[in-house]
Amino acid sequence: MEKRSRSFYVLATFFALFLVFLYGPTITIAILSFQGPQGGLTFPMRGVSLHWFRDLFEQQAVGDIWGSFSRSLTLGLMVMVTTVVVSVMGGLAFRKRFPGSGAIFYLIITSLVIPSILVSLGVGLIFSQSGLAVHWSTSGFGAQLTWTLPFGLLIMFAVFNRFDKSYEEAARDQGANAWQTVRYVVLPIIAPMLIGVALFGFTLSYDEFARTLLTAGSYNTLPLEIYGMTTNVTTPVIFALGTLTTAFSFGIIGLFLAIVVILNKRRSRHGSDAGKGMV
Amino acid sequence: MTDQTQSISSVAPAAKARAKSPFSLSRLPDAVTGWLLSLPLALVLFFFLVLPIAMIVVVSFWGATEFSIYPAFQFDNYEFLLTSPVTYQVFFNTVKYALITWAITLVIGFTVAYFLAFHVRTLTWQIILFLLCTIPFWTSNIIRMISWIPFLGRNGIANSTLISMGVIDEPLEWLLFSDFSVILAFVHLYTLFMVVPIFNTMMRIDRSLIEAAYDNGASGLQTLTNVIIPLTKPGIMIGSIFVVTLVMGDFITVRFMSGSQKANVGRLISNDIALLQYPSAAATAVILLITVLLVISILLRYVDIRKEL
Repeated sequence: MEKRSRSFYVLATFFALFLVFLYGPTITIAILSFQGPQGGLTFPMRGVSLHWFRDLFEQQAVGDIWGSFSRSLTLGLMVMVTTVVVSVMGGLAFRKRFPGSGAIFYLIITSLVIPSILVSLGVGLIFSQSGLAVHWSTSGFGAQLTWTLPFGLLIMFAVFNRFDKSYEEAARDQGANAWQTVRYVVLPIIAPMLIGVALFGFTLSYDEFARTLLTAGSYNTLPLEIYGMTTNVTTPVIFALGTLTTAFSFGIIGLFLAIVVILNKRRSRHGSDAGKGMV
Repeated sequence: MTDQTQSISSVAPAAKARAKSPFSLSRLPDAVTGWLLSLPLALVLFFFLVLPIAMIVVVSFWGATEFSIYPAFQFDNYEFLLTSPVTYQVFFNTVKYALITWAITLVIGFTVAYFLAFHVRTLTWQIILFLLCTIPFWTSNIIRMISWIPFLGRNGIANSTLISMGVIDEPLEWLLFSDFSVILAFVHLYTLFMVVPIFNTMMRIDRSLIEAAYDNGASGLQTLTNVIIPLTKPGIMIGSIFVVTLVMGDFITVRFMSGSQKANVGRLISNDIALLQYPSAAATAVILLITVLLVISILLRYVDIRKEL
């Protein structure tokens, strides 16, 4: 292998600094969340304890954290499933141009670039003017989909742009009907990518703030609850909450990535019997 | 699929099986299949994107009392907005944040993507390092903002380090709750929106083009400016669209990181909302939307998104 040039080391240092910049603050609050009971929002650490985590589990201390967590979890799963299903259908539809496909495509781009607060405001206004109560599972759910669907669809477009159509033709030649082709050929092939779409759907919903702000109603989701805390909580308890919810996100990301790796491994083991003399 | 393949498959044995099945998508004309499959998508976008925008446009002409809003058709909201010096100041601020953040994220994002695409040699390491850059995207923005507090505060890590190093005698006041902290947070939150599309385009550059440049005697810098940067332009444009629109439409980062001391258009809207002045908020929102869409339409002239996916 040829020798590394000097620019490699310069760029590698830059990259390392970028990672420090990216993760440093998160790691810092993770450390600070173990402050002793007398500790403040910054260093020095005054002892090490689980005091602030314990605080989180005492209901009266700060708002309704566990209620908002379970709402965010439910909403995240709802958004995740919907995003996957709608994105796959949309991806299949967009493999061919059809009248109106161009308009829908530009709506998807608009959905991606429109300032979140506009969606929040607009959806909130529609519900209030038509006499419906805003609720996280209705108006909040719909508002979040306008953020997760574009990502899901862009991934699906990219997937189908690279999709080898001869697999489908082979399936059809063997007598599979359209549904069987999708169910037994297309879906298994794109499965790892669907896990990616699901990851986007869940995490973007779980962390969404602006689009839920005016559409969640009287029951907060977790990001709204956390934001509320920033204005009136001045103890490391907020770091403890931040650390827990970030750890939860990391867990989810790790889980999804693990599923992708396992799927890919299984596929390379079972995918082809070429050269194994199984005939 | 072309018509040709369809006519071939229609004579294939598969056709018989398909004709028998009670529900078969392939019997329907392509257009109908497309509509049916994109129906859920179209419905969501209609009810939660098109209708809300229409509602905002309508309400921007309404009137408001202290407690309620009433239907009307008046230009008062726009008149007030367009004659107030505050509006122009706030729009200027918004554009300023967008431009500075764009420039910084572009430089950092390009450098990081360049390192990943051209200096990391194995695909496995490229994937690992790329994932490291993207993981924060799947975590909470609010937590990531909060996590700057211990760094930038009056007694924060930055100040105490600088003091102990003897660089400064007194804590710097402008680290937190200032333009500096707002832009720092923007860069922190949004650089990966530059890294991902630029990296994606770079990975598709044919490596032989770079070798050809070297063989023809181009220096590293010449290769960068004459080969790599022009070929990376679509990725740069997509990243720019993300960063510029996210910064222009933001209100929460500015509010939180400036301690409510700085304003941008998003904050103008959210302040009106807090005061229940929805028509005025809607008018500001319309102007913001027009501005953002103008910027996007300019950027889209340089890139065909459908081709880049």
